[in-house]
Amino acid sequence: MVADAAPSKLAADRPRGWTSLPLRAWLARRCEALAIPVGAALVGFLLFGLFLAALGKSPLQLVDIVWRGGFGSPFALGNSLQRAAPLLFAALCVALPARLGLVVIGGEGAIVLGGLAAAAAAQPLAGLPALLAVPLMAGAAMLAGAVWIGAVGWLQAYRNVNATISSLLLSYIAIALANHLIEGPLRDPASLNKPSTLPVGDAFMLGPMPVIGVHWGLGCGILACLIAYVLMDRTTLGFAARIAGGNVRAAQIQGLPVGRLIVGFTALGGAFAALAGYFEVAAVQGNANGTLAAGYGYTGILVAFLARQNPLAIMPVAFLLGGIEASSGLIQRRMQLPDATVLVLEGLLFLVVLLSETLYGRFKPFNPHLWAEKREAVPA
Amino acid sequence: MSDDLGLWSVPLAILGGAIRVSTPFLFVSLGETITERSGRINLGLEGTLVFGAMSAYATAVLTNSPWAGVAVAGLAGGLFGLLHGYICKFPKVNDVAIGIALMLFGTGLAFFFGKPFIQPPAPPLPAIPFGAWSDLPQVQAALRVNVLFLAGAALSVALWWGFRNTKAGLILRVVGDSADAARALGYDVDRVRLVATGFGGVLAGIGGSYLSLYYPGSWNEGISSGQGLMAVALVIFARWNPLACFGAALLFGGAGALGPALQSVGVSQGYYLFYAAPYVLTLVLLIATSSPDRALAGAPGELSLSK
Amino acid sequence: MAHHPFTRRTLLGAGALLGLDAAAGGRARAATPLTVGFIYVGPKDDYGYNQAHAQAAKALKGMSGIEITEEERVPETNAVEKTMESMINLDGATLLFPTSFGYYSPYLLNEARKNPKIQFRHCGGLWTEKDPQNAGSYFGYIAQGQYLNGIVAAHASKSKKIGFVAAKPIPQVLNNVNAFLLGARSVDPAITCQVIFTGEWSLAVKEAEATNALVDGGADVITCHVDSPKVVVETAARRGAFVCGYHVNQSPLAPQKYLTGAEWNWLPIYKDAIAAMQAGKVPAHFVRGGLADGYVKMSPYGPAVSDGARRNADAVKAEMLKGGYAIIKGPLKDNTGKEVMPAGKAYPEKAVELEGTNYLVEGVKGSV
Repeated sequence: MVADAAPSKLAADRPRGWTSLPLRAWLARRCEALAIPVGAALVGFLLFGLFLAALGKSPLQLVDIVWRGGFGSPFALGNSLQRAAPLLFAALCVALPARLGLVVIGGEGAIVLGGLAAAAAAQPLAGLPALLAVPLMAGAAMLAGAVWIGAVGWLQAYRNVNATISSLLLSYIAIALANHLIEGPLRDPASLNKPSTLPVGDAFMLGPMPVIGVHWGLGCGILACLIAYVLMDRTTLGFAARIAGGNVRAAQIQGLPVGRLIVGFTALGGAFAALAGYFEVAAVQGNANGTLAAGYGYTGILVAFLARQNPLAIMPVAFLLGGIEASSGLIQRRMQLPDATVLVLEGLLFLVVLLSETLYGRFKPFNPHLWAEKREAVPA
Repeated sequence: MSDDLGLWSVPLAILGGAIRVSTPFLFVSLGETITERSGRINLGLEGTLVFGAMSAYATAVLTNSPWAGVAVAGLAGGLFGLLHGYICKFPKVNDVAIGIALMLFGTGLAFFFGKPFIQPPAPPLPAIPFGAWSDLPQVQAALRVNVLFLAGAALSVALWWGFRNTKAGLILRVVGDSADAARALGYDVDRVRLVATGFGGVLAGIGGSYLSLYYPGSWNEGISSGQGLMAVALVIFARWNPLACFGAALLFGGAGALGPALQSVGVSQGYYLFYAAPYVLTLVLLIATSSPDRALAGAPGELSLSK
Repeated sequence: MAHHPFTRRTLLGAGALLGLDAAAGGRARAATPLTVGFIYVGPKDDYGYNQAHAQAAKALKGMSGIEITEEERVPETNAVEKTMESMINLDGATLLFPTSFGYYSPYLLNEARKNPKIQFRHCGGLWTEKDPQNAGSYFGYIAQGQYLNGIVAAHASKSKKIGFVAAKPIPQVLNNVNAFLLGARSVDPAITCQVIFTGEWSLAVKEAEATNALVDGGADVITCHVDSPKVVVETAARRGAFVCGYHVNQSPLAPQKYLTGAEWNWLPIYKDAIAAMQAGKVPAHFVRGGLADGYVKMSPYGPAVSDGARRNADAVKAEMLKGGYAIIKGPLKDNTGKEVMPAGKAYPEKAVELEGTNYLVEGVKGSV
């Protein structure tokens, strides 16, 4: 153990795989990464329980309702998973640029434009076999999202325009542009009181996934998270991005193409976000309309930050959030509480979970370098 | 009564819109400037703004005094700011993320407790009729200036001056540019940031009271629609300069009036695009004033956003 | 009123209610209440569209044999499917009223196919014979109310300019704008109406700016078609303009400046549907009506409404109450000069063509 002290201390900042560490130390870190957020979430629920108790409502009833509404039955699970699906994509649009140190908060724009691009692409593709048209529609969506958020990266890398503000501005502009097109040039004349584009057609619609019955956005979202994880944590490109995110100057001295990395990662994030819009059109609504801007992009920011920008962690966080939102209806109906209750719960929960990040590296059982230090201290 | 101004009504509407709409942007961006100058970013001011709007309206309904509402909104906003400032002093806690959580928390609390106050009317904040000299009702309306707007304008000058010329301003800037240097000089970095974030929250809360007690002047759940978030972004646009914040808020408010004003003189096609004018204009100015070689001038060195 | 829970129970039999009985547990031996679900897109107390529905739902709560389950702020995404399913599975709802227009396709249709024993009635008038038989729609011809608003507005206006804050240029909104102007022109053919579209159903600052722009343009009576008229009513009154309300009675917001308003009255529709369910029948699939059917009503006149205006509006209202009143009648041109209706033709209130209105009539300033 003593011999391991130095490398494990280095690795303690960010656990990188388990091959370099003994299994026990690896397990300890994984336990820490699980125990701290779960413990914090429990504390968050406890605080919210106190809040409810102060209002004369039963905290136990809340636990029961969140369980039944979000997790406790196949229907509840399906409900949560359905709500999680778009969040997976939206969160990746935050997490990928974050690797390079960029805070992108405009994923909503990419979602809306992605959905619109998919719906618009379906028209000229009509008549083609679905096997060909479906990927082309998804490709059109991804292209739109990649260009939109890639522009944010380009502006940051080559013009020094802050990505946070430009992505926010561009998202408002994207929504205005989409509304203009949906209610103007791209409007289906038959869509009278709910302005929409022409329907993409049943042939190009995606059915639900087998067994779980949630649309394919969920499966593809999970796949996207896995791809992003491999890219960010298992490839040279991801490593280069992390260096550039940590210190631009060092990266430039190393000869890393920082500008291209930024544009590439933001574009990929935008492409993923656009897929959320694509599935909204091709698996849910059947056309593009104003409800594409349903706020998934903003919830995705929250998911990404809660997941500490880790694509693997995005999956459980999105699922948890989906579950809470799924129980929102029951909270209203059974506890006679306003819909905003869920916002308060989420806000409180996330405050505590984010605050708990300060606890990493503080508990001995979870931190091999603390074990080592103690052993060192004894002989001295 | 009906003095048709023709096309002249457009610039007049932009002026009036700038005065009417800019105040919440101004207060939030001034507050955020103080916070960011200390080296932290509080993205949660949207939540503070909404909670400020609700608490101000509720207080005004209950006490029949709009000024009590402003005070309570400022106080509540300050508490949110202090919460952010306190939480962020712990190591490894991400200030951007905490801000997003607070945005949710503040909005949620405002909606939660605001339900009973959607229906009752509240006394509005007073305005000064600077346009009384004119016979034109449009001019009179455009120049009805709320006291909070004037306070915000004065505050932006005072902050601009204070950042440069007072000891507090100097400490704030040192802390924001280099925490290590500030510690070496013996300043308590966390405490400075706590105060700066708290003060930012106070201003955002007051900005919210303007929304509910003057313009649009009612409490409902759609009152803000992202103005707090946009105002935080405007700080970067204004390069952390309080005077530029004033300009940015006016520009943003004025550009927002363009859409309705153009429709009222007959330019009615493509109004979605006109409504996007404030965002397009800000983006264009941002790109035009940027440079490939120079990072953000005036950015506090400790700010996570600008690193 | 045919509220006989026991009749219903015996008639409806076990079939449809088996699931409900199981959900309600052992106490379901006695009269099983009919559970009715209401789904709103916005807050229940928005002083507008959602409040109009929620008021009716609240009035139902006192009725015996009825249980109401409500959910507010449900977005027009697939989240509403889950809300419907949850109300069916967990609350035992057998009659659902998803009240927002965008809930219908594909969400309500999906759920109606999935749950053939549950009755879905959607607010908006989209149902056709091709759609599932357990679905249906209801709507009110509120343009009649806007026509009466226009009459009262014309009497109050000195500038001969009136204004309309509208969300989106869709047929239902355009019908209201046209009716407001035509009502006003029935009093004074010189009146014009400026319309400003905000582009969103609920956007407080933009609605306030639009109202200001209308008053700046000389309009001295304002009405609107947005989800929550509160901001428009208050802003207009502060600028000294008169206001005509929409969705619900907004007179408490501007007691002096409020002239009258076009209100929904959903209660009779809900009561009829519930009575049908309780009698073991299928509620009507397609319910539409205006003032004559009691689905639309007018706010009481405000203090600023002159006697002449009252007499004029009351006289037209009496005509409307007879049913079949036509607001859109020829000869009529749109505001680009094109004839939309030749002389001698007319669309009475129930004309299907009104669902496709895509023009603003002559005298309205603005474009679709």
